[in-house]
This record gives sequence, C-alpha cells and structure tokens, in this order.
Amino acid sequence: MLDLKKLSSIGEALRGALETWPREVCLIESDRGEEKQLLTYRDFKERALPLAKTMQEFSFSAGDRASIIMTNQSKWLISAYAIFYTGGTLVPLDFKLQPHQQWELLKHSGASVLITEYPIWRQLSSAPGRAEATNVKTVLVTEAPPNADLAGARRWEEAKGKGEPVFVRRERQDLACVVYSSGTGGTPKGCMMTHENYLEQCVALTAWYPFWPGVRYLSILPTNHAIDFMVGFLGPFTCGAAVVHLRTLRPEYVREAFAKYQINYVSLVPVVLKNLQKGLQARFDDLPASKRKAFEVLRKINIALTKSSPRLPISRRLLGQVHDAFGGKLEAIIVGGAFTEPQTLQFFYDLGIPVANGYGLTEAGTAVTVNDLKPFRADTVGKPLPGMEVRIANPDEKGIGQVVVRSKTVMVGYLNEPEMTAEAIVDGWLMTGDMGRFDSTGHLQLFGRKKNMIVTEEGKNVYPEEVEQAFEGLEVKEFCVFAANFLWPSRSMVEEKLVLVVHLEPGQAFTGQLRSEIAARNNRLLHYKRIHGIVLYQEDFPLTASLKIIRNALAERLGKLDREQAILPI
Amino acid sequence: MRTLEQTTQEILHLAAKQFKVADESLKASDDFYKKLGIDSLQALDLLSRLENHFHIELPDYEVQGVSDFKTLAERIQARL
Repeated sequence: MLDLKKLSSIGEALRGALETWPREVCLIESDRGEEKQLLTYRDFKERALPLAKTMQEFSFSAGDRASIIMTNQSKWLISAYAIFYTGGTLVPLDFKLQPHQQWELLKHSGASVLITEYPIWRQLSSAPGRAEATNVKTVLVTEAPPNADLAGARRWEEAKGKGEPVFVRRERQDLACVVYSSGTGGTPKGCMMTHENYLEQCVALTAWYPFWPGVRYLSILPTNHAIDFMVGFLGPFTCGAAVVHLRTLRPEYVREAFAKYQINYVSLVPVVLKNLQKGLQARFDDLPASKRKAFEVLRKINIALTKSSPRLPISRRLLGQVHDAFGGKLEAIIVGGAFTEPQTLQFFYDLGIPVANGYGLTEAGTAVTVNDLKPFRADTVGKPLPGMEVRIANPDEKGIGQVVVRSKTVMVGYLNEPEMTAEAIVDGWLMTGDMGRFDSTGHLQLFGRKKNMIVTEEGKNVYPEEVEQAFEGLEVKEFCVFAANFLWPSRSMVEEKLVLVVHLEPGQAFTGQLRSEIAARNNRLLHYKRIHGIVLYQEDFPLTASLKIIRNALAERLGKLDREQAILPI
Repeated sequence: MRTLEQTTQEILHLAAKQFKVADESLKASDDFYKKLGIDSLQALDLLSRLENHFHIELPDYEVQGVSDFKTLAERIQARL
C-alpha cells in the first residue's frame, strides 16, 4: 500500500498508484456477463490525463467544482481522477435522484462542470431547474449515440486534450469533495470533505481490511455513496487492487460475477444481505433430509472452529458449496449504509463468510467503527477504527447516550450552512444523533436515534422535511412528517418508519376522500420515502414567530400519545 | 406485435406468478413495491424475468424510478 500519511491529496495518492502498479489490472467492466473492458493502471492513466488536459483547456482549475452523475462504471473513476489531477473539488451526486433534484443540488454545490451519462443527460437537459443552475458551464456526456441531440453538452469521448496536463497540488486541508448526505426537499446537507478526511479514512480502514495487488472488489453500491467511494475506489487503488463494475445490476449477473472474477470483497446494504440469507436458507431447506443433516453437522463444526476468529481456508473446505457460490475467494462482505440485524450477520459468519459490519456516516468520513472479527460480535457494530475517538455523551444509568466522534476524518462542515454545522460539530466533536453504548470489551452497540430521520434497509437517509413537499396543499389545517422512532424512542435501528401528523380544521372530519388523497400523494413518492401511517392531532402545532413548526416541541407533545393507538394505517 | 394492453396483462400475469398472488388481484395502476410487498432486489428479479419473457434488454436507467406496472409496460412496449 502507498504510504498515505506522507501524501497531501487524493490526486497525489491516485497518481502514486498509477506510477507504482502500471501493469496491474485496476478496472474490469462487464455488462450482462460479457466483459466490456479491462484496464491496467497504465490504461487508466492514458484515459484520464487527456480528459484532465481538456478540462484545463476550458480553464477548470484549483478549487473549481465538478459534479459526476453516473452509474457505477469505469468512466466514473476516470473522470474523478481527472478532477483531482486538475486540483478540482468533486461533487458526486446520486444518479437515482429525480432530475429536478439533481439540478437543485448542482446549483447548491456551485459546480461549474457536470460529467454524466447520455441517458441521464437526456432526462436532465429538459428537466426544470436547468435555467437556475447557471453555475454549470460545461457538460460532458458519455456514451451518446452518433446522431444524438446533446442539448448543449460535449462528448466525453472527444475530451482528449493534446499534451501533458499540469498536475495541480492540493493540501490536506483543501476541499476534496462535497457529498450530499441526504436528498433534497429540506436544506441540502453538502458535507465538505477534505483530502485529509479521505486519506486518514483510507489508512484506518485498510489497517483492518487490507487490499493488495490482485485483490478484486465488486462495486455494487453507487459510487457516489461514501462507502463505495472509499472501498470501491480509493481503498483498492491506493493498494494496487482491482474494481469490478457491472453495468446491469441484476441478481443473476451479480451471482455470475462472483465466480467469474473471483471476487474478494463486496459491499452490500442490509436489504441485499438479508435477501441473500433468504435465498441461501431456502436452498438449505430444500436439501434432502440426509444431506441437510450432514450440512448442519459441518456448519456446527465450522462454528466451533471459528469461535475466536475467522479461518477461511477451513471454512471453505468444510462448506465448499456455499463458498463456491460466492466464487470461492471471498474474504469478507462489507455491509453498511444502514443497521444490519444481528441474526443476518451471524447467519453468514456461521457459514464461514465474515461480514464486516460497522457504523458510520458521511459526516464522519464513512466508517467510525467496524467489526474487527477478533472475535466476531454480531450484536455490536464493532470497535472504533484506528484514529477515531468515540465517546458516549451524557450516558443514562444504562450507559446509553449520544455517540460523538472526533477524528481527522470528520468533515469541515455543511456547505453554506454555518448554523447547521455549529449544531453538528461542537468543540471538535461530531454529534452523530445516534444513541449507543460501549460494552465491557469496547464494542459499540446502537440503540436508536436522537434525530428526526430514518435510514432504510437500502441505506437511504430520509429526512421528514424531504417528504413533506409531497403533501403541500393538502386540505387540512396543518401537517408535519416525523420519524416514528423520533416521537416514540424505540431503542431499535430496524424497521424505521415515517408518519404524517395531520391537524384537521375545526369541525373537519377525517374522510375516506382525504385518506385517499394522502395515499395517492404518498404513492407518488419513491417507495423508500413513503409514510407508513397517519397520526391525527387535535391541537395547534407550536410555531415560531415566522410561522415555522417548532418540530422538537411538537415531537415532545406527540410522544405523550400511545404509539400503537395514535398511528392509523394509510 | 402486442398491444400495450396485451403487454400490460402479460406483465401482471408474470408478476402474479412470480410472487404467488392471484392474477386478478393486480391492476396496471398498482405500485408493485407496495402491492407485492417487494424490495428493490426482488423488483430486479422481476425485471430479469420480464426480459426473458419479452426477449428484450431493459437497461437499468430505463427503469430507474419506475414503480407501477403501467409505466413499466410502456417502457417494455417501447422496446418490443
């Protein structure tokens, strides 16, 4: 691995990787089982530098911002390197957002360059919001068909500036990325991350889960997400490893890729892991009685032999068929983005497949704690990574309090939001809003949230403010959306739900028509943003002088209601 | 060549079969996540089955954000 402690920026680290391992494979791209591209670190450099040169030709320079809105593919990483090479700040945006939301974030970020894929641009170019995002001056579009209408964009493939671009040095404290930790609708939360944040996170993570040349990481989570950006780009690249991208993410192609590319690491969100568990369990249940009995014996032997730490060679021999389904070379599944149920983690560990679960947030530079597997503890989210100071603020009699973090990986703050930043970072400590405690062996356990938000099993952060827009104009006196666990703390991180709190006009009845209207609007939301119940509240909402709802005060009042009785099904 | 109505009915039938619900319980305007109680991964499974059935390839970006049978049928119809 490169000595990242000595380097000052992501650009410098990536440049070091391209020089150190020119012949190693760094990227493989496959679509529907067909390998489309295989790049060495030298090939990668040859593709990225002409793009960097073109960017410099249109005066993109140190500190300028460039956004990437792309699915997981090689051009994402190539473009990112070109941005860092020219000293720019990267704004990775979620390709799954609606086009008008993407424009909103593009405007908020101040990006002057946008790099995107043609199918995304086709929708984006005609979507509302483009006229307001006047900061976006140049758009580069990949994979546009020959006669496509580019709507003012330029072709990425033709961005091949001649000659050597100038490498622009950045310092550790300079801004590397602006990462949006939530969607839009409320105040966009653009986390300002420095080069140091990423370099330190990379050192911490690879100390426990190292990559090396020849290792293959399967990239499934979107690269704009903090986890894939770290373990599906910076981590492997700074260690000379390779990243495998699948252009069509379907279960059958993912299954095939494990074996075909002998995958060593993959990151998944809990919902996918749970599905894998269901699928495997169904296959075990279908085994004839005698085979099933033999399998259970082998599983028990494996459990006994891996009690203190994983022993992959033994597990692979004992439970060969299971391991072969994952290609036979899997070192660990990294799971993140949301809380994973202990029984799911244990299920895989008992099969000899370590699951590196942990706890983190974009604001903290990705991971804060990770299971170190010494021994594996499914009931916790692991121990603090090297360099992370984690403590429990104001613990109650059971030792449970807010998890707060201090480390070189914590963001500078939220872009253009000094007040929100001051609330999030107090005396250098990041207030996570999550409740937890340390057990006697130093493992962190989580017990719900202090903040009004949910994280879905797919790893999506959803803030109630984002959802409220969908109910604008609803014919009631007033309404507000809350995370149910925020109103009624449940000490649980699973099955988090949103509820719509409705205050009817005096004398107004809660009619079937109103319920249908709420349901119809709810259905127009993306599935993970939907509310799961309605709470009818008969008192006026507490308001500020500027008529904004005082959410905490309202939440306190609502919390006194009985949860089971208060929530009506939608 | 199928009509949009035929395509829609075939999708509803295949979805009902895959997720073991009665054919008549599904209609075009239904949100398949909600009606079938499925997650995004199971939805991808359904897409694979539809691709095989209609002998088409549906790129991921085409079905981004689609959650009802009607829109799904329109996207498929456009590729037939």
